[in-house]
Amino acid sequence: MKTEHTPFHPRWYRPRVPVFWWLRRRSYLLFVLRELSSVFVAWFVVFLLLLVNAVAQGPEDYRRFLDWSATPGMLLLNVVALCFILLHAVTWLFTLSPHAMVVRLRGRRLPPAAIGAGNLVAWMLASALAAFLILG
Amino acid sequence: MADRIILRVTRYRPESDTEPTTQEHEIPLRKEWSVLDGLNHIKDHLDGTLSYRWSCRMGVCGSCGMTVNGEPKLTCATFLGDYAPGPVRVEPLSNFPVVRDLVVDIGDFMRKLPRVKPWLIRSEQEPPAAGEYPQLPAEREEYEQFSMCINCMLCYAACPVYALDEEFLGPAAIALAQRYNLDSRDQGASERTDVLSAAEGIWACTFVGECSAVCPKDVDPAGAIQRYKFTAAMDSLKALLLPRGAR
Amino acid sequence: MTLSHDVLIVGGGGAGLRAAIAVAEDDPRLTVAIVSKVYPMRSHTVSAEGGAAAVIRPDDSLDEHAYDTISGGDWLCAQDAVEVFVKEAPEELLRLEHWGCPWSREPDGRVAVRPFGGMKRMRTWFAADKTGFHLLHTLFQTSLRYERIARYDEWYVTRLLVDDGRVAGVVAVELMSGRIEAITAKAVILCTGGCGQIYPFTTNAAIKTGDGMGLAYRAGAPLKDMEFVQYHPTGLPFTGILITEAARAEGGWLINKDGYRYLQDYDLGTPSPTPVLRSMELGPRDRLSQAFVQEVEKGRTVDTPYGPIVHLDLRHLGETVIDARLPFVRELCRSYENIDPVRELIPVRPVVHYMMGGVHTDIYGSTPLEGLFAAGEVACVSINGANRLGSNSLPELLVFGARAGRAAASFASGVQGAGTSVRPAVRAQVEDERRRLERDLLQRDGGKEPISAIREEMRATMEEGAGIYRSGSSLAKAADRLSVLQERFRSVRLEDRSRTFNTELLAALELSFMLDVAESIVHCALRREESRGAHQRVDFPARDDHRFLANSLVYRDADGSRRVEYPPVTITRWPPGERVYGR
Repeated sequence: MKTEHTPFHPRWYRPRVPVFWWLRRRSYLLFVLRELSSVFVAWFVVFLLLLVNAVAQGPEDYRRFLDWSATPGMLLLNVVALCFILLHAVTWLFTLSPHAMVVRLRGRRLPPAAIGAGNLVAWMLASALAAFLILG
Repeated sequence: MADRIILRVTRYRPESDTEPTTQEHEIPLRKEWSVLDGLNHIKDHLDGTLSYRWSCRMGVCGSCGMTVNGEPKLTCATFLGDYAPGPVRVEPLSNFPVVRDLVVDIGDFMRKLPRVKPWLIRSEQEPPAAGEYPQLPAEREEYEQFSMCINCMLCYAACPVYALDEEFLGPAAIALAQRYNLDSRDQGASERTDVLSAAEGIWACTFVGECSAVCPKDVDPAGAIQRYKFTAAMDSLKALLLPRGAR
Repeated sequence: MTLSHDVLIVGGGGAGLRAAIAVAEDDPRLTVAIVSKVYPMRSHTVSAEGGAAAVIRPDDSLDEHAYDTISGGDWLCAQDAVEVFVKEAPEELLRLEHWGCPWSREPDGRVAVRPFGGMKRMRTWFAADKTGFHLLHTLFQTSLRYERIARYDEWYVTRLLVDDGRVAGVVAVELMSGRIEAITAKAVILCTGGCGQIYPFTTNAAIKTGDGMGLAYRAGAPLKDMEFVQYHPTGLPFTGILITEAARAEGGWLINKDGYRYLQDYDLGTPSPTPVLRSMELGPRDRLSQAFVQEVEKGRTVDTPYGPIVHLDLRHLGETVIDARLPFVRELCRSYENIDPVRELIPVRPVVHYMMGGVHTDIYGSTPLEGLFAAGEVACVSINGANRLGSNSLPELLVFGARAGRAAASFASGVQGAGTSVRPAVRAQVEDERRRLERDLLQRDGGKEPISAIREEMRATMEEGAGIYRSGSSLAKAADRLSVLQERFRSVRLEDRSRTFNTELLAALELSFMLDVAESIVHCALRREESRGAHQRVDFPARDDHRFLANSLVYRDADGSRRVEYPPVTITRWPPGERVYGR
């Protein structure tokens, strides 16, 4: 019977989720940190927009922006943000997308590790291109 | 190896208790004994009032999932020797209401399962006499992994999203939907979209990955969910960009 | 509150689910429900490994399948039932395919078949070596699309209600709440499976306690051919976990302590490197298990703390074949024996596996008790005779589950009125049962016999008295010991007074059914003074078609006395002959 409840149904023990449940396992902690990383992704977007705005306003504003960025507080914030972004990126490239994507080569499905490796190569190439454009 | 080990077993009697207590039993430690053998020893020789579920004791019926030293496990496939010198904590599966002792209520999953339509859908059902629907070994392999789910509920016990949001469809139900979506004989993927793509479907999953880590049958429900997210995202994109006819 | 359905199915395994779907498809006006002591997907069908036989290849024929089955059953099979069975098996397996069962495939996309013990052709369909698991989950998931199939999950049936010679429903306990309810029905189908738990060493799950056989027997329906208990030749020592016959079908060898393929000494053929159908390791299960006992007596087995064993050698098959065809065997060996069959020998010994006997039914699953039907291992049609062939039980539960479902549906449609008003005679039975459960068991003080002690002694009694080889004296002794155990059960000790998920009460009720079933086995075995199939009497070593080409039907009369009748076996086209394997 689907909807019947027992007389003791209200007394079934339903443990509350403890406040610090996310410290119980490494995977839970990583999950919460990854959720948190979205805040920092948003911050990078804001930071980039501020940068673009400063460039558009002229050299004076741009210099002021650079000085502001070099303050210890801003440096610290951006270092922390970078760490979170890296966590975010690493999850996407090496855990999530290898599981989400099915890539076939000559009819055989590539193992997730191979897709992760492919992502790493693509990432390196993109970074090299960016470095070439900026430094070269 | 010492020849005895202590089992710390959770007891809860709804008639008299307000919260669970722990009972300690010293039992023989034999190398071929599973945690379940230990529980059976308690039930048969020390305390007949202990309640828990078990049946096949070969890891395929899915009855005996419990929390062993904090990890969701099939107790018939978890061996006491691996926990020596002990003690070993045996608790009911997390994230489910505890009915009594080590027995939890899985009614929530049983009600969710039919919602994903875990059966083969054909636009037209052919009579058996017409012969089998052909399927190449490679096509079978495509969904085989997701068909291995024994509904043991370890993945729900490991999933923090399910712990926080009881509405979440959950790993096993979504993996089973994918099992049929990926079956070359099935034509019902679109009928499952609404339930799977809802807020309490795939998008509630935040890819913790513990479901796949604890799965005793290597089903990889986390993979199934991420794959479906990819499919659903591509479908939305196509719906947005392509004219109706070309989708 | 009155719980009532037109057709009530007891047991949610393969046969029960197939029957429920058959009822739902047959007549949409009928209400149908499944009562099961476990969630349906936990049922023991899940443990079946090797495959399901049905003629599909052009080089095969229905007559050959029938002949293999009948000779495998040592001519005790009901031949009309076998003919129906082999004819409908392919259609049932195809239907399962259409419902999504992931049968293993040939490279061209057709369903693949493998050889199996006692079968002259390749006709065993398989889903790797988890055939039962896939079959059960396919049936369960398919059943979910029929909203009209109501389910009583984790309810335990304790008694059949009988009104004036006709079944009127059941009394059942809901485990979660402990409430005891009558569920009335116009027709009841028993699909509760076997009773391997009455033996100490079995492949059967903990839930296989002969409940349905006990229910029918107590209600006056006869049990048939109970003396025929199948020992599977290859179980893992200690756990009793099954190593599928498919391991031998794929080319595995049975070897004794000298590395010798000993089956060649037992009229089962000569060894060849690749498997030969109906020969050596692909002989029938009864003969292979008997050969093991002979090897023990010759001192050619290996002694272990869990008794003598022989070895199953798969090493020459190689990792690729084992992983593709026998992945579950490898998984089980690694988990439970800590060995890898790719490199090591698997220790095995015979293990109680299957009941050829069961509730007597005709080819429509109908029992002599009006309104009561049975299908699957709990029933005895009999297509299995004195020894079941491997891979015949899965198609059996489909073919006869569907047949019983359709027959029960048409029976229920023909029953007038009934339903809502419960007759006084039935109400009295319900009250009587309530009293037994509550006063005699739950609230009883002063019981002194522990459940586990009686259970262990029953199991030892059965193994010693009614094992692979029996004798008049071993069986008589077993009968005496069982009646003492029945007496001791009257003062069984129950400490758990809780209504909520009381598994101790459940264990006591199961034990009581097992004792009844055990007695029926021993008494039938004692009366059958011949050796046939799985029933081997050392004091009557030959088959005796003159006296015993007959089924045993054991009745329990109202006063508790036993009566055994011997109606002749139904023979249609295959007169009794010699069982020939390997030559």
